[in-house]
Amino acid sequence: MKPSPWVRMDTWLRHFVPFSITLVLLLMTAVPTRFSGFAGITPMLPLMGVYYWAIYRPDLLPPWAAFALGLLYDIVSGTPLGVNAMVLLLVQGVTVTQRRFFLAKTFLVAWWSFALLAGAATGLSWLLVSVISHHALDPAPAMVEYLVTLGLFPLLTWVLARTQMAFLKDV
Amino acid sequence: MRGKLSGAVGRLATIRLLAQRFAFLSLVAAAFLLMILGKADILLVERTRVLIVDGLAPILDVMARPAGAISEVVEHVRDLANLRAENARLKSDNLRLQHWETVARRLQNENAVLHEQLNFVPDPDPAFITARVIGDLDSALGQTMLLNAGGRDGVRKGQAVLSGESLVGYIVDVGDRSSRLLLLTDINAHLPVMLEATRTRAILSGDNKDRPKLTYVAGNPNIQVGDRVVTSSSGAAFPPGLPIGIVASVADGTTRVEPNVRRTELDYVAVVDFGLGGILPFADKPPPPPPNPRRRGGAEN
Repeated sequence: MKPSPWVRMDTWLRHFVPFSITLVLLLMTAVPTRFSGFAGITPMLPLMGVYYWAIYRPDLLPPWAAFALGLLYDIVSGTPLGVNAMVLLLVQGVTVTQRRFFLAKTFLVAWWSFALLAGAATGLSWLLVSVISHHALDPAPAMVEYLVTLGLFPLLTWVLARTQMAFLKDV
Repeated sequence: MRGKLSGAVGRLATIRLLAQRFAFLSLVAAAFLLMILGKADILLVERTRVLIVDGLAPILDVMARPAGAISEVVEHVRDLANLRAENARLKSDNLRLQHWETVARRLQNENAVLHEQLNFVPDPDPAFITARVIGDLDSALGQTMLLNAGGRDGVRKGQAVLSGESLVGYIVDVGDRSSRLLLLTDINAHLPVMLEATRTRAILSGDNKDRPKLTYVAGNPNIQVGDRVVTSSSGAAFPPGLPIGIVASVADGTTRVEPNVRRTELDYVAVVDFGLGGILPFADKPPPPPPNPRRRGGAEN
């Protein structure tokens, strides 16, 4: 039996959720916070989104979507074009190839792997921006950003898991 | 029959996998190409970038509002906690400033008399636009902010951005309704400055840290911690004398400047048109901005 147009549209909209939620995470990084302690530290929220969906629903956030999000991130944040596009694309690609491994494992394993992957991603973006701007950037803020990102991972994963349960349980 | 079918399915799967690999690699190549294109300063790339940010500006604007309200509450709580210490500080400040007020009044009168005697031509009053910060893009990789005013409000590339009396940065990208402010702390920010007391000229260069450093210091001056740093007239970018900050540390030949305004305090800023060239050469000479109710004292926003 063919599903009715409404059902199909509903499914189609639900399939759009991973992309939209990662887009929201991306825009959230731009919100001015004005907390004096956190100035200059932007956790890599889109990276977490891409990582999560690459494990649980790689069909709904394919490589081109990761690329597009990365490019948009570059445009919004003013980093050299292509840097985040490259980083998010590679994170998506690497995670997808390892997803069988993640699916069977505990949360701690996912966290640990994220730590490795996010570390590589931070290093790569730092390197790319340094090469493009012909100037070795100070690595310290990048390290802090990385640690803050790691600290936020459980919270973000919880939010994303709730979202997945709410919207994508059976589609 | 079945073997044939599974063979076909297998081949199809192989082709699909290859296609996926190919697509992935093309995207990697595209990212590389973009890095090179972005480096080449192509006008089309620049325009597209600005256009997309412009499109997102209303969304960012909406998202910034509740965040602003929350920070305000946090700020209030913090203020309450510091009330006592703040009060004591303000009392002592007030005593000191009363003395300065007397001095300033005397100097003002003297200055007015001297101006008259010399037929001094005063600087024109600059036009300004008040804009709200809708995006704070400070990260380890760059320090810019998005403002909710753009070309249609009269913002032009290279214009100075002030908070209160202090220079905080300048405009680098202008969309129709949004613009990008490059903070003085960004790695791409370089500005001719001078030390107010000694008139020593230097370039203030950001390096993505909280305190930008002084480079190309003219001569061999004796720089003291606490010296005031202001804009200089070199390069005819900004009028001389706009305050920027004070020298915070002098160590190993590196002088760092503490800006007067912390970027967490930036909420509304003034984009000022001094009628000078600005720090960036204009890509195309802008037409005179249309008369706009938001210009000059447009503090309603």
